[in-house]
Amino acid sequence: MEYSSLHRQLATMKKSFFDQGFLDEQFFQIEELQDDVSPNFVEEVVTLFFKDSLRLMGNIDHALEKFPQDFDRLDSLIHQLKGSASSIGAAKMKNECTVFRDFCDKENQEGCIRSFQKVKKEHACLRQKLENYFQLLRQVGPVAKATRSGN
Amino acid sequence: MHTSFYLTLLSSSFSTTVTSSSAPQESMENPLPTSRAEAFPAGLRVLIVDDDPTWLKILEKMLKKCSYEVTTCSLATEALDMLRGKRDRFDIVISDVNMPDMDGFKLLEQVGLEMDLPVIMMSIDGETSRVMKGVQHGACDYLLKPVRMKELRNIWQHVYRKRMHELKDIETHNIHEDTNILRNGSEDPDDRQYVAGTEMSSVRKRKDLESKEFVDHEFNDPSTVKKARVVWSVDLHQKFVNAVNQIGFDKVGPKKILDLMNVPGLTRENVASHLQKYRLYLIRLQRQNEGRACSGNLSSDFMNGENRGNNGFNSSTNIQSESELTTYTSTTENFQTQGIVPSVHISEPKKIEPVQIIGSKKVPSNDVLCASKINNAPHLSVLLSFNDKMTDIKACEPATPKHKPLLSGTPMMQFMQYPKQESCNILSEYSCLTYVDQNLDPSFHQYSSTLPAFISATCTSEKDVKDLFEMKPVLTDYRNGHFTAIPVQVKRGAVNAQDIGAGCKVAGSPSIQDCYLNDKYSQGYFPLTYEFSLNGETEADSLPEDVHLCSLQKIGSIENLGFSSAEIYQYGDSTPTTDVESNWYDSSELNGEYSYDPVEYPLIDEYLFA
Repeated sequence: MEYSSLHRQLATMKKSFFDQGFLDEQFFQIEELQDDVSPNFVEEVVTLFFKDSLRLMGNIDHALEKFPQDFDRLDSLIHQLKGSASSIGAAKMKNECTVFRDFCDKENQEGCIRSFQKVKKEHACLRQKLENYFQLLRQVGPVAKATRSGN
Repeated sequence: MHTSFYLTLLSSSFSTTVTSSSAPQESMENPLPTSRAEAFPAGLRVLIVDDDPTWLKILEKMLKKCSYEVTTCSLATEALDMLRGKRDRFDIVISDVNMPDMDGFKLLEQVGLEMDLPVIMMSIDGETSRVMKGVQHGACDYLLKPVRMKELRNIWQHVYRKRMHELKDIETHNIHEDTNILRNGSEDPDDRQYVAGTEMSSVRKRKDLESKEFVDHEFNDPSTVKKARVVWSVDLHQKFVNAVNQIGFDKVGPKKILDLMNVPGLTRENVASHLQKYRLYLIRLQRQNEGRACSGNLSSDFMNGENRGNNGFNSSTNIQSESELTTYTSTTENFQTQGIVPSVHISEPKKIEPVQIIGSKKVPSNDVLCASKINNAPHLSVLLSFNDKMTDIKACEPATPKHKPLLSGTPMMQFMQYPKQESCNILSEYSCLTYVDQNLDPSFHQYSSTLPAFISATCTSEKDVKDLFEMKPVLTDYRNGHFTAIPVQVKRGAVNAQDIGAGCKVAGSPSIQDCYLNDKYSQGYFPLTYEFSLNGETEADSLPEDVHLCSLQKIGSIENLGFSSAEIYQYGDSTPTTDVESNWYDSSELNGEYSYDPVEYPLIDEYLFA
């Protein structure tokens, strides 16, 4: 099959996500779920994730502000966020969540704040990348399916 | 053929119309048993519960790809409603551990108990302790997120396995039943007569009922052999115990019990499994009683290192063990027919101290047992039931709030509600039990006169245990052998004391059983559920040092306790042991006032469901 340059671009982009550790295996899993019944499954899931994670991060921001010493609460919130990040394979973000969690365990408020900034950063970064990705994907159209792994 | 038999069984549950949507299925639709059975595991009806919408979407898709019928739910309470609303609507439940409205473990327990469905837990947290907790609460599997589709593909095995076990139970029991009928297998002549007379009819009745209850909401498939869950309510359990007592513990058998109980709809296998659990419970009690001579040893029993001199028992209790008590042998196999916990008789209410919870004391649960004729030897630990909500806590105002009785030779007190009887020894015992710390506020003594009929302790995991001790004894009308309420909830869960450093296992049924009358002693005893041993083994020698706080965590495998409804059943969240301990230490409420009536109390002991 002839791959247009767009296809190649897509493939390269995706590969870089994995190589650089932004995404992990779970993303492949989601891709595999996409089928005729749900042709836009991946994008739907990713969109849902970013929307919901904003909510969760807002909760953490709020907690850091209002209850900065309530590490149990923070732990529980970051646990949720981490679980959410794992759903699409957002590896870097997930790792930052773990760091945050460690700080919670040690009750290190400063550490929590710092690491949460990183979480947010990773979140924003991944979001941007995936937005670009889907934009490109839409340009390529349905044929793009061929570039997905595991098909 | 075996396989087809199973398929037929399975088909009964799959006979709802298979659709590709995740809309709820009507269980009363025209059954299509054949197609569904043949399609198994396709069409498996799965309920997913997860508060994360992203995961919910992903899992739904994964399950649909496995050709399962999926229903999603983002709230645990919603899930429970769905499950309760229509029984037999789902075959299996998958739930995340961390839910906002309810602890996933609690949901797990409820589902297992009420609906007897296999439940799979999920979490991003794969820590061994968490997984273990899941297993303890009855999860049939524990998946780590991110979950792969291949893991979901195989979940049908849990449904299948359960069905197979149920079938096996039924078959076994039926076989035994038949055998018994043939042999007229009662050794007791009276019983035999009784049995002979009612045998055929009762057997027939049972069988009819069995098939009827199996059919239940189901379709008109007579081969439906789904096991109907029996809820062992207080009343039902009491009937059971009465029957056991009447028959004589050593001669007891499921069929006899069943006949005596004369409960329509109850099957022999229900009774058999209940009996088994009951036996295990008694064994456990017995174990705890081992090495516990009631007389005189109490002091050592309840002392902890810190408070050697303060053992109230020394001063206040002359615990005499009934001879019956000594029947508890040291081997679990031998547990005596006195399996029925003798009630505690307290001849005189001596310095009845409020029940205390000892922080890290291993409370010998058998104390209660020993208590059969113990004179004011409340070495019974009251069963503490912890619940998410602090319900049913009767407040006993602590006499000395700041006391640290917990550490002072106070045996752990577990509170159970137990009915007041003519002679409520137990409470007096308990009271003695608790706290005989000399340093205690003498106001404790005021309680010598009134024994609470019930001490119900319900502790929430969230609240401090100290709340627990705002308990007032609850008098119930035990004379009739009925309790008005048994709000004690037992926390389930077993915590290995060694692991947590202070834990009595509190094996408990989620609900406290009813108090039942013991013929022999004319006392009822209330089964407490707790287990004070480390891993089921009481080390009597080490008691003084190793009193462990009864962990209020849920204990082990209390499945199917079958206590009646949610009112009774409450599953407390597990409180980390340490928390519990500290709470308990702080809960001088324990010192609180328990007014005990110097009446004989039924022995409260835990009814342990294995």
